[in-house]
Amino acid sequence: MKHWWWKLLAALLVIGASLAALLVPLAPGLTECVPSSLSPGTVTLSISGYNTRFDRNGPPAVGLTDGHGGIQADQVTVLGPTSVKAIFTIPADVGGRSAHVVVLPSSGERLVLFDAVWTGSGEGSLPDRWKFPEQAAAHGWEFPNRAILYETIRNLMFHVPMWFTMMVLQALSVGYSVAYLRSGELRTDLQAEKAVQVSLFFAALGLLTGSLWARATWGAWWTNDTKLNGAAVTTLIYLAYLVLRGSVADAKKRADLAAVYNIFAFVLMLVFIMVLPRLTDSLHPGNGGNPAFSQYDLDDDLRRVFYPAVLGWIMTGLWLFNLRVRMSRAFR
Amino acid sequence: MLLYVISAIYVCYLGVRGGLSLPVWNALFWIILLFAAFNALARSFQREDADRQHYLHSLASPQAVILARGAYAAMTMMVLSLLSLLCYILLLGGPVIAGADLVQFIVVVMVGGAGLAAVLTLISAISARAGNGIGLMAVLGFPVVLPMLLSIMRASKGALDGLSWSSNSTYLLWVFAVDVLTVTLSYLLFPYLWRD
Repeated sequence: MKHWWWKLLAALLVIGASLAALLVPLAPGLTECVPSSLSPGTVTLSISGYNTRFDRNGPPAVGLTDGHGGIQADQVTVLGPTSVKAIFTIPADVGGRSAHVVVLPSSGERLVLFDAVWTGSGEGSLPDRWKFPEQAAAHGWEFPNRAILYETIRNLMFHVPMWFTMMVLQALSVGYSVAYLRSGELRTDLQAEKAVQVSLFFAALGLLTGSLWARATWGAWWTNDTKLNGAAVTTLIYLAYLVLRGSVADAKKRADLAAVYNIFAFVLMLVFIMVLPRLTDSLHPGNGGNPAFSQYDLDDDLRRVFYPAVLGWIMTGLWLFNLRVRMSRAFR
Repeated sequence: MLLYVISAIYVCYLGVRGGLSLPVWNALFWIILLFAAFNALARSFQREDADRQHYLHSLASPQAVILARGAYAAMTMMVLSLLSLLCYILLLGGPVIAGADLVQFIVVVMVGGAGLAAVLTLISAISARAGNGIGLMAVLGFPVVLPMLLSIMRASKGALDGLSWSSNSTYLLWVFAVDVLTVTLSYLLFPYLWRD
């Protein structure tokens, strides 16, 4: 128990976080509003929701707001748990801007479909007859429902920990390479090699989960994004590291060359990966004007799963590394 | 070396016949220079026989050797890139040059060429020690040089677009900083390649 408690913890964290990532419900949200533009007179909007229960506890309140004013629906008809119809009376001479559709179910949530409708060909803003509440009521444990991401927000618990684990293992490998150059012990060289091998496994998983996520949100398996280029360069560098090891027969010489290349490549890569995305645009959060997850996207409901997932995966990576080192010693 | 670059440029000239857009023009130039750099620097350690290596070993410290090699490689690359730029403009210049800040572009080419040389010198030393020719050098060098090449290309595109010095200097300083970092790393790491 003394020696393997952390392995048990790693397994529990990974399993627990993965289950939570898949099972915690997504918060209710709005997905669609038809038609997409208004005209003066009576307008009927058909609004679709996701994970909503409009049929419970009486019809929700529905409103329109354009940032200057807002109006409430005259009549709301519930068509089903995820579908509602709202009839508005639009004053004359309204238009020229987009408006958000707000649905307030009686359970206290606040559902907003941002920029859902164009207010029409007039010039005035909506009359200031209605305001939606600033604060939504407290809710149970659920992941935030965000446009574009929707259910794929769960991938956060898988994709990001893979890269964190990879970076930890590569830093470890460089540490062993430095230790090798200082001491000349081949044991540390073996550790550096195994850390790289395991880190490449996590890089492959990171690319796979990232590729699926990109397809679902950005519409392509691969995009010309600085972060993606950085990931590709990293993977290529460590594949080259393994090629270099494969092409030298003498163990001592191989260890020398591999350690020098490892340190050289890692430092250059680190500089590029840390600095270059900040100089250029990126689709990833935290770069080029996109907000980072940590600022306001990552709310407490996500954090509760994300941090255990990161910790669990890093520990699993170290565990794998440990196994690989012991295996190659046993077989020698 | 120069012949290699001139032939490459001439082939491009025969191949494209005029109309190259600015990004393509820029990319093509750097691809030609990249391969020239790989070819030129692969030789810097490979052409050495064992005797001369022993001689150098007994004569000079490893730090002196790597700095000398680096300086030589950087100067070679600067001369090579300037001559190939001249040749490239003569044959493929056309409308792209008209709106460019030429002085700025030449500075980018010099700093970029020196940067490629700095990175590839250590890689060349590693692959020469591994006893494997230019093949291994390409495998090892490509991923390390790629991010640097991307920033050089962006800086040179800025110069071609006629951006002002102040708005383009971020990239230029950046490339220069990486040059310095690379030289420092080579200085620290090369002694470990030199021993035995």
